[in-house]
Amino acid sequence: MTAPLLQVQDLTLYRGSRKILDSVSLDLAPGETLALVGESGAGKSTISAALMGLVEGARVEGHARFDDVPDLIGLNEKGWSRLRGRRLSMVFQDAGAALNPCYTVGSQLATVLRRNMGLPRKQAHARAVELLESVGINDARARMQAYPHQLSGGMQQRVMVAIALACNPELLFADEPTSALDVTIQAQIVRLILDQTRAHGASCIFVLHDLALASQACDRIVVLYAGQVMESGRCDVVLADPRHPYTKLLKSCVVEIGTENLDPPEGGVPSYDALPQGCRFASRCPRAQDQCWASRPPLTESAGRMMACWNPEVAA
Amino acid sequence: MTIPNDRIPPVFELREVEKVYQIKRPGRLFSRHKVGLHALDGVRLTIQPGASVALVGESGSGKSTLLRVLLGLTPPTQGLAYYKGRPVIAARAEGIDFARDVAMVYQDARGSLDPRMTVGAILAEALRHFRICTRDQEPARIADLLTRVGLPAEAAAGYPSALSGGQVRRVAIARALASNPTVLVADEAVSGLDVSTQAQLLNLLRKLRAEMGLTLVFITHDLGVASYLCDEIAIMYLGRIVETGPTNAVLTAPAHPYARALRRAAPEFFAPITDPLPGEIPSPLDLPKGCRFAGRCTLARDDCRATDPALMRLPQAQGRAAACLHPLTLMND
Repeated sequence: MTAPLLQVQDLTLYRGSRKILDSVSLDLAPGETLALVGESGAGKSTISAALMGLVEGARVEGHARFDDVPDLIGLNEKGWSRLRGRRLSMVFQDAGAALNPCYTVGSQLATVLRRNMGLPRKQAHARAVELLESVGINDARARMQAYPHQLSGGMQQRVMVAIALACNPELLFADEPTSALDVTIQAQIVRLILDQTRAHGASCIFVLHDLALASQACDRIVVLYAGQVMESGRCDVVLADPRHPYTKLLKSCVVEIGTENLDPPEGGVPSYDALPQGCRFASRCPRAQDQCWASRPPLTESAGRMMACWNPEVAA
Repeated sequence: MTIPNDRIPPVFELREVEKVYQIKRPGRLFSRHKVGLHALDGVRLTIQPGASVALVGESGSGKSTLLRVLLGLTPPTQGLAYYKGRPVIAARAEGIDFARDVAMVYQDARGSLDPRMTVGAILAEALRHFRICTRDQEPARIADLLTRVGLPAEAAAGYPSALSGGQVRRVAIARALASNPTVLVADEAVSGLDVSTQAQLLNLLRKLRAEMGLTLVFITHDLGVASYLCDEIAIMYLGRIVETGPTNAVLTAPAHPYARALRRAAPEFFAPITDPLPGEIPSPLDLPKGCRFAGRCTLARDDCRATDPALMRLPQAQGRAAACLHPLTLMND
């Protein structure tokens, strides 16, 4: 295996006394797509925000090596400005809110090119038109003059993808890029992000809540619960045969066409103030034992994936 | 209208319903010239007592307008909308019975609950409005409603802001059930929730439907949800119903190319991502001349661009209809 592009070790994030992320470790090879999944409050978006240097008012510990940058954690603003938008970039969930309503999409795209790539005005404009064309916007030259509100949600998201990929980043974060869109447009955007990152040889981290979509779009998956990694590995291993009780629970709740019966457990994610000492999932886990409440299981390799569980499911 | 004695009238019946809104042409702020926006066109839909119908379609397909017509909140421009054999508008104007019988769960559940009222007060308001019980009976009634939707009776003392997303939806359902309705209309009642919460709510709705014999009209964009909850499905595109029929039959072998595209766009475990449908839903202000879907349809032929197909029964399949000149063969695809 080639050296990972991104290597995150024991990423821990505190807000006040609350441990929002608890020793999250993951790595990502060049050109790979990774899905971060879990219920709301699992810390999916917090991980991507921490790795983009976008968290404020929180204490962050741990290490994150990115290519030749020894550690993203604790980088100063100057260091970040060399990375953000250039080598790391992000497609946000709500493109309508992420784009500036006061500027045309053309000028927002050209600004990124001028600022980050140092292109002169004319070249930046020409390149911006090319980028809009490459994300499938018809009549790109005319669309350069459009303000975000004049575009549909799908078109806005295409513009976001164009901006995110403007500087050929090595790593793209896509935070629920399609959850605000209609199904047929969702499929277009997922396809677009995959095609574009593949064409640029970039890696991509998707924040998703849809396990089926993760299995379709991503090579690997990290399943999170209340800020802890429960299970991670190749999608075709983890999702085809989940061994961690939480992954199994998540998968069993997915309603697909033709699903006959769902058997969800009662209750939801507990508040961060009421989490068990050991495995944070213990309070909802059907297989929890005394040990699970007392001590946190380490993330170890078993059955072809990484898993943190004292009492995992056995092979089907 | 007279009803033959040998059959119970359908709960809702829409006949060739058309709804045109007169709006100013967008982008011309000071123009007085108005244009017609066809939100619904030629909609035929029958909902029998005890049925469960999913209305599926993308934004702009006319789902919300259809709902407004069904609930008598807006009269159709053309065509007829009946509720149990009487025009909806008349049924609504006659008094409280229509609202008591047809309950609604709104899409934005939190926004639909008054943040300054306790959950108990919210439910009591509905009970009083519909004169369901005397004041002394209220606490017991509220406790019963809360238990029925899977909340502890103590939840009555709390405010909506203290509840999680899933609990808020349960309260909204409890309020809808306060009037002992026979019809429940729900607009995206389970969207935007975590999968485990969504699964709990889906099971709750299934249980309530079975226990109370509810007729269910469920708006959703999730085909999995539609298939789990509803026996029938109506797929809408640009103001038209393009395909109807039994949910599982329609979803396993769609007849309309748009229904197939929706089916394929839905995420499915380990299936390769298929070629997405090109383009976007066109503006209802300038509708194409022929089939409204022709511009995005990969199978469109010349006649599709000239003739606008109506919703027709599919001879080879019972209870199914599609608005397509060249329907797909009904083989599992």
